[in-house]
Amino acid sequence: MEFVLLIFLPVIFAILVPFVYKKIKGIHTGWFVLLVPLVLFGYYASFLPLVMDGGHAISEMKWIPSLGIAFTSYIDGLSLLFTLLITGIGSLVVLYSVFYMDREKEDLGSFYVYLLIFMTAMLGVVQSDNTMTLYLFWELTSISSFLLIGFWYTKDKSRFGALKSMMITVFGGLMMLGAFILLSIMGETFSVRELIAEAPELVSQPYFTLALVLLLLGAFTKSAQFPFYIWLPDAMEAPTPVSAYLHSATMVKAGIYLVARFTPIFGSASTWIWLVTGIGLLTLFWGSFFAVKQTDLKAILAFSTVSQLGLIMSLLGAGAISYHATAAVFGFATYAAIFHLINHAAFKGGLFMIAGIIDHETGTRDIRKLGGLMSVMPISFTVAAIGSLSMAGLPPFSGFLSKEMFLESMVALRHFELFNFDTWGILFPIVAWIASVFTFTYSMYFVLKTFIGQKKLDQLPKQPHEAPIGMLISPMILASIVILVFFIPNVVGKWIIKPAVMAIQPTLYANPSAIDIHVKAWHGFGAAGLWLTIGIVAFGTLLYLTIPKWQPLYRMQPDSLSLNNGYDAMMRGSEKGLNRVSRLYMTGKIRTYLLYMFAFMSVTIIALLFIKDAFVLDMNSFAAITLYGSLNAIVLILSVGFVVFAKSRLAAIIALGGVGYSVALFFVIFKAPDLALTQLVIETVSVALFLLAFKHLPALSTHGETKRNKMVNLIVSLSVGVMVTLVALSSHSQKMIPSISQYYKDTVKTEAAGGNIVNVILVDYRGFDTLFEIAVLAIAGIAVLGMIRLRVSRKEPTDENK
Amino acid sequence: MEFILAILIGILFTAAVYLILSRSLLKVILGTGLLSHGAHLLILTMGGLGGSAPPVLIDGVTDFADPLPQALILTAIVISFGVTAVMLVMAYRMYAVHQTDNMNELRGNDEHD
Repeated sequence: MEFVLLIFLPVIFAILVPFVYKKIKGIHTGWFVLLVPLVLFGYYASFLPLVMDGGHAISEMKWIPSLGIAFTSYIDGLSLLFTLLITGIGSLVVLYSVFYMDREKEDLGSFYVYLLIFMTAMLGVVQSDNTMTLYLFWELTSISSFLLIGFWYTKDKSRFGALKSMMITVFGGLMMLGAFILLSIMGETFSVRELIAEAPELVSQPYFTLALVLLLLGAFTKSAQFPFYIWLPDAMEAPTPVSAYLHSATMVKAGIYLVARFTPIFGSASTWIWLVTGIGLLTLFWGSFFAVKQTDLKAILAFSTVSQLGLIMSLLGAGAISYHATAAVFGFATYAAIFHLINHAAFKGGLFMIAGIIDHETGTRDIRKLGGLMSVMPISFTVAAIGSLSMAGLPPFSGFLSKEMFLESMVALRHFELFNFDTWGILFPIVAWIASVFTFTYSMYFVLKTFIGQKKLDQLPKQPHEAPIGMLISPMILASIVILVFFIPNVVGKWIIKPAVMAIQPTLYANPSAIDIHVKAWHGFGAAGLWLTIGIVAFGTLLYLTIPKWQPLYRMQPDSLSLNNGYDAMMRGSEKGLNRVSRLYMTGKIRTYLLYMFAFMSVTIIALLFIKDAFVLDMNSFAAITLYGSLNAIVLILSVGFVVFAKSRLAAIIALGGVGYSVALFFVIFKAPDLALTQLVIETVSVALFLLAFKHLPALSTHGETKRNKMVNLIVSLSVGVMVTLVALSSHSQKMIPSISQYYKDTVKTEAAGGNIVNVILVDYRGFDTLFEIAVLAIAGIAVLGMIRLRVSRKEPTDENK
Repeated sequence: MEFILAILIGILFTAAVYLILSRSLLKVILGTGLLSHGAHLLILTMGGLGGSAPPVLIDGVTDFADPLPQALILTAIVISFGVTAVMLVMAYRMYAVHQTDNMNELRGNDEHD
């Protein structure tokens, strides 16, 4: 079977959702939607044995073959890992949403349609081998994320958050498209696999570094890295299932995926290592530091997500060093990145669901109003505690393992001797350690402030009680995964992590089992990771206990200096500034626009005539100059002059009539009697019509036309005149193809049995033209009648903005 | 003769564009009138002005004018008459409603930008 089609399964199912929602009222729509990710998860899981041995599967569907654009599903360790995350967490989230989203109050039809579109988009991003379709799906995730964040569209904050996330991620997506185009120019292919194969040649190409930076912009905006993370906290206005799914477990990891996927191409560059590791660590620190400032449960989780994404990013950067140093510890970093990515999806998904449950059951997410919920919601507390302790990096939870691997990788960075790492490398473990202390602190802050301490039931909008069991199933499953992985890390490693690591560093290993990494919880007393963890717990606890003392320090940062404020100012500024720019040339006057058109037309055509050497003057083909012709030309010029310079309307109309009659005379001279007759009749009627209409119009006036305007008009009209003259001469002097006239001349007698060729052409050869001409005249007649007869009553202008 | 006609067409177009760019609606209409005359002569000149007889089959005549441009122009003359009629009536209605023929005042308001 062509399994590339399965990418579209969710979006096809989305077409059915509105009907299901309308017709089947008794059952929550989510139960039907749940089938989609479950089926996909089951199907994709069957690829595990293949991928575990280092194999891959490809399925392709042509889309635009002439441009080399195709939907290609390429399943290797990395894309399979993400696919399983998307479908697995997707199933849990849909299950959770069945209990979270009220069947009566919420517009479930739209909700699940958006969610399914997102699922297709995300599957497309991680499976596409073709960069163009990858970009297409990438933008589709931005759009579906926009729709989901703005799901409660009546709230101002939802709309603001939705727009902000879209502005930032679509900006990044465009940058990424630039990178893809540069890559396709350099490698002459859209296929990621082929680009990876050409990687050694690409490094020396001139656009290499530019493509690298553009690609990272795409990854950093999507994965909420500093300074682009500002959209993620605002995205928390989305319904909680969405936050758990898009904004912690899957979509924000698309950037991680992109970096991992393109590591074989860019990983050997020092810019890549510095940017990915540096920005990752900065984001890790920044996010964890500001998480403690937040008072909204979901905002704490948002900043913690930002920080954890930074952690994974920095590990990927450090992992790329293994292209330069053979020390096993750098391959270790990539392993840790993938490991932590899985762990983070599990514990953060669960924590978001708990935050949603608390919101659902107590009516608030403000941590200042919460406290002592442990006795009321024991199951929620257990899940939250497991998630938080895993996030803080404590045993016996999976986060401990990957966190310790992270710390050891950062310590190992000191020993790397290229690219100035020997002087600056010491900064990396220090920043990582400080950020980990804050991570511990906010993890405790999140769980202890909510569940421990004194109860403040009087401050809560609702009487709290434990959530329904259905709502708890998903977070409980995630929490048990967190514990389970701690005890069987190497099984997970063998089945999922090692194939993914191999996909990131294909040149280093022959097959996944060649990756010689064995994860252990206990490394003995000599391990650096152990002592660092002990230090983190000690200092973290100290910081947590003294939160009331130092939390006010956050207020020292003035609002005007925040990144959010910068974003707002930029949006306002660009709106006003661009408005002003477009006002400069969009004056609303018809003269301005006509000036642009005439000037552009004449300049381009004249230039083209000479650039392409198209101007040809063939004097020999000219007809002889006749006396009557010359005299008539003089009359015509005089009449035109009168039309332009006439002071009164009557004179102008008569002069216009004069122009018409002399044109009719030209028709006589050039042997076109039918034209002359028609022209004479029409001209006479026209003059009468002009006189009739002008009776109702005011006197001629220049309306204070300035000298300068007149000069500009004159220059533009002269250039149009010159252009037309040149076109007339050169088109007369050269014919690309023989005229069809000869055919008419030859066949007019035999085919149409007529003598007057012009008339036969009009009524016979081109009869339809004439028919439509009559139709046009009829329409014009109706329009004239309508404009004269119809009287629309004058209404006050209605403007929807008022 | 084509050379003179080409210059003449240039003059017609120059005058037409100059009038169309002016502020007075009346002049704009006069300009469109001149423009269509220019266009008709342009088609005629492009086809060539030779030929000693009208394009009508009479025994013995072989050198007659090119019939194709003439057929095209015949259509164009009629259509341009329709255009002129609509323009005139539109100007009439516009003046009846807005009481001005100043093109600078006849512009969209800022609300509709």
